[in-house]
Parts: sequence; structure tokens; C-alpha cells
Amino acid sequence: MIDALGSVGSLLLVGGTSDIAVATAHRYLAERPLRVVVAARDTPRRGEVAADLTAAGADVQVVDFDADDPESPARMVAEAAAGGDIDVAVVAFGQLGDADRLRTDSEAVAQIGHVNYVAPAVVGTELANRMREQGHGVIVALSSVAGERVRASNFVYGSTKAGMDAFYSGLADSLAGTGVSVLVVRPGFVKSKMTAHLPDVPLSTTPEAVADAIVTGVRRGGTRCGCPAPCAGS
Amino acid sequence: MAESGSPVRLTGWGRTAATRATLIPVSGEDDVRAVLDGRSARGVVARGLARSYGDAAQNAGGDVLDMTGADRVLDVDLATGEVEVEAGISLDRLMTLFVPLGLFVPVTAGTRYVTVGGAIAADIHGKNHHRAGSFAQHVAWLDLLLADGTIRRVGPDQDADLFWATAGGMGLTGVILRARVRMKPIESAQLLVDTDRTPDLDSLLSLLTGTDHLYDYSVAWIDCVARGRRMGRSVLTRGRFARRDELPARRRVDPLRYSSAVTVSVPDVFPPGLLNRATVAAFNELWYRRAPRQERDRLQSIPRFFHPLDGVGDWNRVYGPRGFVQYQFTVPFGQEEAMRAALERISDSGSASFLAVLKRFGDGNPGMLSYPSPGWTLALDVPVVAGLAGLLDGLDRLVVDAGGRIYLAKDSRVRPDLFERMYPRLEAFRTVRTQVDPRGVFTSDLARRLSL
Ligand SMILES: Cc1cc2nc3c(=O)[nH]c(=O)nc-3n(C[C@H](O)[C@H](O)[C@H](O)COP(=O)(O)OP(=O)(O)OC[C@H]3O[C@@H](n4cnc5c(N)ncnc54)[C@H](O)[C@@H]3O)c2cc1C
Repeated sequence: MIDALGSVGSLLLVGGTSDIAVATAHRYLAERPLRVVVAARDTPRRGEVAADLTAAGADVQVVDFDADDPESPARMVAEAAAGGDIDVAVVAFGQLGDADRLRTDSEAVAQIGHVNYVAPAVVGTELANRMREQGHGVIVALSSVAGERVRASNFVYGSTKAGMDAFYSGLADSLAGTGVSVLVVRPGFVKSKMTAHLPDVPLSTTPEAVADAIVTGVRRGGTRCGCPAPCAGS
Repeated sequence: MAESGSPVRLTGWGRTAATRATLIPVSGEDDVRAVLDGRSARGVVARGLARSYGDAAQNAGGDVLDMTGADRVLDVDLATGEVEVEAGISLDRLMTLFVPLGLFVPVTAGTRYVTVGGAIAADIHGKNHHRAGSFAQHVAWLDLLLADGTIRRVGPDQDADLFWATAGGMGLTGVILRARVRMKPIESAQLLVDTDRTPDLDSLLSLLTGTDHLYDYSVAWIDCVARGRRMGRSVLTRGRFARRDELPARRRVDPLRYSSAVTVSVPDVFPPGLLNRATVAAFNELWYRRAPRQERDRLQSIPRFFHPLDGVGDWNRVYGPRGFVQYQFTVPFGQEEAMRAALERISDSGSASFLAVLKRFGDGNPGMLSYPSPGWTLALDVPVVAGLAGLLDGLDRLVVDAGGRIYLAKDSRVRPDLFERMYPRLEAFRTVRTQVDPRGVFTSDLARRLSL
């Protein structure tokens, strides 16, 4: 259960190896021990994340999740919930894609559309179903400023994020009164492994700053938070 | 029929951590059984007047039984002062009915809007704890409806383990249907009250240590904003019920006349920003100055002495939409330094808190999760502000290291691992609970949050 002061008993990280997801878990673990479910593909990185979070005091459970597999979301949510209620679920998977290739390669477009829009929407639906039954919970959806104003330079990526953002914003409204809420977080350019190959951008932010914004947003208990303040600067 | 429940968002008195459940009014055992038969996979918990601060009477996604309709008086024995009542009856109603007959509730909380079921489930304490113990010690027996639908009559001398798991057990052993309560005989509805102002914490503790045994009721209000030399300055009020011959002549005609105060509501729009360190400091200053330095044998009515806050309906709204928490803890005698340290951290934090209340507890009882134990207890309301979680987690550590504990009826945020260390009889409680409810039918947000 999320307590009166926004401390959390269990955390599900969908795309559990993403830097923002891991930073969020560390942010919570700095306060208290808690149960963390890492949902990701079976890779060495997943094992490292699990070991790292265990060392930080988490009671870690690892479940398989593959955004390319249509059966995966339902199975993943059921497995995560078998160990107890899911208080906060962070939906943190996605791809940046290669903007040049996405301009011409329709297969690549279909693929990124699936990973960045279809799969998150399916995961959101499964999470919402589960949390409605629970009567409580918060879904944190990692959107992006790229989806707020889609730029020509990476419009395919932006459009998938715009769709995903619209889905979760609508989901938030549809969950009013159910005890479940949705927090849509729209960080700017995040320096992470997803963007490591790109040149530095002014006004970029870090996974830690986004994690702080997530924890604060959950604590405040609002339904949505725009681009979190710490993402704007530093 | 019982499935007339409706889905609602529920909170406790602190108005934090709302969750959604199906609230089902029940008026007796048949209704309760019907809910158990058709219950959701998320289980069931009873709810009284929802005066617990946190999530004890909530059950996210499951069923919550509204017990307040089960409020009949079933039997009265004026010779022994015992009354048999349904668990949803309030202490307010008991006072209205029985004070005129010369019987007062054995133990009352700072509000009279609590049910007998809630009073037993939290094993509540009052200003007379050092003399009379907590509520369950005045219960001859209670009827408990178990997960399998059977009813068990339990008391201190019948099925004692189940009784002492239920007293303080926060509704997790079953539904209390009825109880036989030993009331306290009184000759008048007035109290003789002594008031003392103490300039600091030391003087308060030594006054209480030296003279508390002379009074039936005692409690101190502490100014949590005062720092330095004046830290812990307080207004101590202590008293006992007046005998009829101690009343002035005009009151002797109808000594047991009782009326509860009229209530006024704090408007919903009360600006949350109004409560800050400055306004609370001003309020506290006024409160302290207004109290007499020392006063003896002042006559006070029951509502005035026991339930001054009940005069202000819905005062929990003054803290605004984010709600508030109450932090109540106890430390054993000899750990006064821990209490002082806690008080210092609170006043240094600048968290605006009025209504900080200190009391000296007497002996505990066998209740496995009962809160009172010999020592000092301090309770204070704190509005939800940034950084509060860390402050209170720190206080928990201080308290647990001093051998103390926090009170579940007030809690909405304690760390589960620290809670385990506060209640050494938790394992005994779990054993009884597993025996009577192996599948965990009775559960609540509190139970989930703390893995009780
Ligand atoms: C202003 C104020 C002052 C207070 N002062 C004090 C004080 O001085 N001392 C003190 O000890 N407490 C105090 N309290 C706390 C209060 O006494 C307890 O929380 C009490 O349990 C509230 O009773 P309720 O009927 O409102 O129960 P609820 O808050 O509705 O429920 C409390 C618990 O009791 C269980 N329960 C309720 N009915 C039943 C039943 N029939 N069968 C089984 N379980 C049941 C619930 O499941 C829940 O776990 C105060 C609270 C307020 C708001």
C-alpha cells in the first residue's frame, strides 16, 4: 500500500532495466526497504539490475517481459501481482529509433509504433484492470516532451510518444474515482544509455532527476505532472 | 439484504491514502454472513465511525462492513453496571442513554464518536489509563463472528487467546457483533478539575510522576512550538467525577443531567495555508496564557473535560486537501531522554502541530497488539508537508531503540520492519489469526501495508 505520506510498499518496473526505472527504485530504496518487481527481457543486464537492487535492500522479483510479444503484458502483470498488490508501476520501456531510417523504412516504423505505442497501451490496460480490482495503485507512464510538440527531426518517435501520452492521459480520466491514478511524466532530453550515442544537448536531464520527479509526483498524489521541474534545468 | 453495498472511496480521520471498496451496511449477524458468503477475493473488514486516523477501516478492492447500523442496547443490569450492546453503538449514544442513570463509559477516547467495536478493536485508552487500563479490560465478553460464519463468545476468562488477539487486533480476527461492557458508576455528570501550568517538560514529568496517582483522569497539552528553555511547557488538567454532595446546591437537584455540546462545522473551504508555524505559535501562546497557572476543584461538564474537540464538527478539514497524520508513540519509564529528543526534533522541524497531548500510562494488558504499556505517551497532529516521511521515520527509529512503539489506531505510515520490532507479541497474534482465519478473509489496507 502507498501510505499517507507517499511511501511505497511495492514497485513494478516495466522495462526494468531502463536507467530511469532503476533510478526510481534506488530513490525509494534510499528511504525504506520495499518489494521491487523487475519486468524485462532475460538479459545479463536484468540480472545485474536485480543484484544491484537486492544489494540496496529490495526484495526483488524478476519476471519476463518482452514488448514484442503480444501475450507478454497480461502474463507479466499477473506474475507481478501474484506476489502481492502492485502499489506503483513504472512503464519505462521504449525506443528512440534511428530518425534517418524511420523516414523511409516502413518496417522500422511499424516496429517502433508497436514498442512505443501499442505495447505500452496494452500494458496500461492490463495494469489498470489489475489496479481497479485492487482498489488502489499508481501507474507512472514515461512520456516525453518529444511527444508534446513533435519535431521534424524525429517525428516518428515523437508521434509514438504523442500517442502513448494521449493514451495514458485518457486512461487517467477513465480511472477517476476508482482509487487508481496515473502520473504522466514528460522529461526532456534524458542522458541515459538510450541516448548515449547522441551529442550532448543543453537543458538535458538525468535519470536521477526524473526519478526524483516521479517520487515527488506520486507523493503529491496528483493525476498528471507535466515536464517535471527538475527536468527543465540541471 | 447485504449486497446492497456501493463502491466508495474511503479514508480515515486523517483524510489520506484513499482507496476504493464496497461499503455494505449491516445490521446483524445474518447480514455479515451474507457478505462473507458472497465476498470478493479481496476480503472483508469492519468499519465503525472511522475515527482511526489511517487505513485500519479500509479494504481496497474488497468489502467494508458499515457497523454503525448495529447499535441496539440489548441488556442493562443497573445493579452491576453492565450493559450488553451491539458493536456499532457509539460512546456518544452510551453517554446520552446511561449518564442520566448514573453510569459512565469505563474508558473514552478524546472523541465520543467512536463505536464500541472500534473501541475494542483498537483497545482504546483514555485519560484514566493509569488507573483503569484500556477499554478491553472492561469487557466481560464479546461475540465474535469468525471467517467460517460461526460465532464465538470470548472474554478474559473464556477463549482468552482469541479475546486478547481481538482486543487491539484492528478487526483482523473477525467481526465483533456484541459486547458486555462494565460501566463506571457516577453520582454526577460533573467533574472536579485541577489545572496546572508547567513551564517546561521536566516540571511536567516530575509533577505527573509525583502526583498522578491522586487523580482518576489526567492529561497534559504540550506546546510543541515552544523551544529552548520553554520546550515542553504545558497545561495539565486532572480530575475526577464529583459526588453529589460536592455539587453546588442548585446542581444537586438533577446531578446526572447530561447534554452533549452543539457542533459547528469548519467550512470545507478552510484555507490550508492558514495553518503555519506562526498561526499555530499564536494559538498555542493564547492557549497557554489563557489557562490558569494553578486552579483547584473547578467544576466541568463531561463534554468540556473529555471531548472539547467534538464541539467543532469536521475539524479534520482545517488541514486542507492533503490531510494530516497523527504521530502517537510511547516510550517506557526511564526513556524520558528519547521523548525529549523526539519533541525537540518535532519543534525544530517547524512542522506546525497544535494539539500535542502527553499522558502517563499505567500497566499494559495481555492484548497482543494493544498499544498502552507503562511509560509516557505523546500524540500530535501534523499536516502533510514535504519531508515529513523522513522526519517520522527518524522518530520511529528513536522510539524503537528506546523500547517504545507507535499506536496502530493513529498510524498511517510506519515502516513495516520497524513496526515488527515494536510489537514483540505480533507472532502470537499471527498464530491466533491463522487459526481462526486460515485463508485471510479479514484484511484491511493497514494489514496489507504492514504485512500483519
Ligand atoms: C479526535 C480523536 C481523538 C481520539 N482520541 C483517542 C484517545 O484518546 N485514545 C485512543 O485510544 N484513541 C483515540 N482516538 C482513536 C479512536 O479512538 C480509535 O481509532 C477507534 O478505534 C475509533 O473507533 P471507530 O468506531 O471510529 O472505529 P474505526 O476507525 O471505524 O475502525 C477502527 C478499527 O476497528 C475495527 N472495527 C470497528 N468496528 C469493528 C467491529 N464491530 N468488529 C471488529 N472490528 C471493528 C476496524 O476494522 C478498524 O481496524 C481518537 C480519534 C480521534 C479522531
